[in-house]
Amino acid sequence: MMTPIKHHLTDALLMGYSAGSLPEAFNLIVATHISMCDDCRAALAEYDALGGEVMMSGDPAELAEDSLKAALALIADNAFRKEDAKQAPKPDTVFPTPLQNYVGGDLKDVKWRRIGGGVSQMMLSTSDKATVRLLRIPAGTAVPDHGHKGTELTLVLQGAFSDEEDRFNVGDVEVANEDLTHTPVAEPGQDCICLSATDAPLAFKGLIPRMAQKFIDI
Amino acid sequence: MNLFSSGLETVTTDETTKRMMWVTQMRCIQNGDKAAFAEVFSYFAPRVKSFLMKSGATADVAEECAQDVMATLWRKAHLFDPGKASVSTWIFTIARNRRIDMIRKDRRPEPEELTWGPEAEPDQADQIALQQETDQLGQALAQLPEKQRKLIEDAYFGDLSHSEIAAKTGLPLGTIKSRIRLALDRLRHAMK
Repeated sequence: MMTPIKHHLTDALLMGYSAGSLPEAFNLIVATHISMCDDCRAALAEYDALGGEVMMSGDPAELAEDSLKAALALIADNAFRKEDAKQAPKPDTVFPTPLQNYVGGDLKDVKWRRIGGGVSQMMLSTSDKATVRLLRIPAGTAVPDHGHKGTELTLVLQGAFSDEEDRFNVGDVEVANEDLTHTPVAEPGQDCICLSATDAPLAFKGLIPRMAQKFIDI
Repeated sequence: MNLFSSGLETVTTDETTKRMMWVTQMRCIQNGDKAAFAEVFSYFAPRVKSFLMKSGATADVAEECAQDVMATLWRKAHLFDPGKASVSTWIFTIARNRRIDMIRKDRRPEPEELTWGPEAEPDQADQIALQQETDQLGQALAQLPEKQRKLIEDAYFGDLSHSEIAAKTGLPLGTIKSRIRLALDRLRHAMK
């Protein structure tokens, strides 16, 4: 396997994903990271077990009179629901399956748009509670200082970057909050490809021009 | 494990036996046994419904959704793996996914499936240990101070955003994670 993953999902993110209360953009980061990380996969299993115990600890509700009959009728109805497609991994891809489903393919299929300073992005379509994009930062390039509104999650898919906090390799997630201002620098050798999500409220609209402007100023 | 505990031991054993009984019922359901399904239904469906109502669904929606969850359990019974989850855990994940589909409507992509192919039927002792650990987690939850337990429940009812979820649960987490982690290591080894 690859270099061991050092930066994992936080407990709050794992619990939120297990509970099903995260915005879609964050769900995608979590699902993609877990596809790459057995540690977080195992931790999620434990949070799911906790969810099961929460569910079982409540007082049971009274069912409708014909409840079982209705469920059996659903089973008998073959049109009920197609078996969910198994998310089987495809060999030799850069992107794990959940991400491929959003991109419509692998790294080679990404429709990049330049946003300045050599950096390119592709926005992925999710519910609007948070946004998620792919970023390509050329090897050796710095993304200028930027602060965050809300929470920003960045997952490395190829290459690596370093900032004031640490070095982030393939599979690593950086969880940045409002109090972090950092200057990520892509390492030399290979372009750094990241999946980045933020729940910054509405500031998003102004963020792109602001970021673009900063990039151009380099 | 728990060589030195005395008072809880009988309870734990009883509860674990009960959990293993549900595992057996799932085996029967995998073979198309409707009587087994009726039993699992009568125990779990009222709890699924209650969970969904606490998550903000009306009684009618929760009823419909609970029926749907149990029908999904029947359809996907072949995917249940007692080496990875207890029956209550597995039903929770189905209920959670239905709640997202039917009530919240926010997509939740799933991680890539691991091919558990070459691995044989999980070891019986491993299965029992996992049931035991899940039971211990449930007991630890029940014993938390009211305020702390409420915070965890609110998180699972979907009432808290991730930044409101407390990082420290006060629960002895880690045991189940280690067990699953070992199983994953064995799987990776088998796949090489």
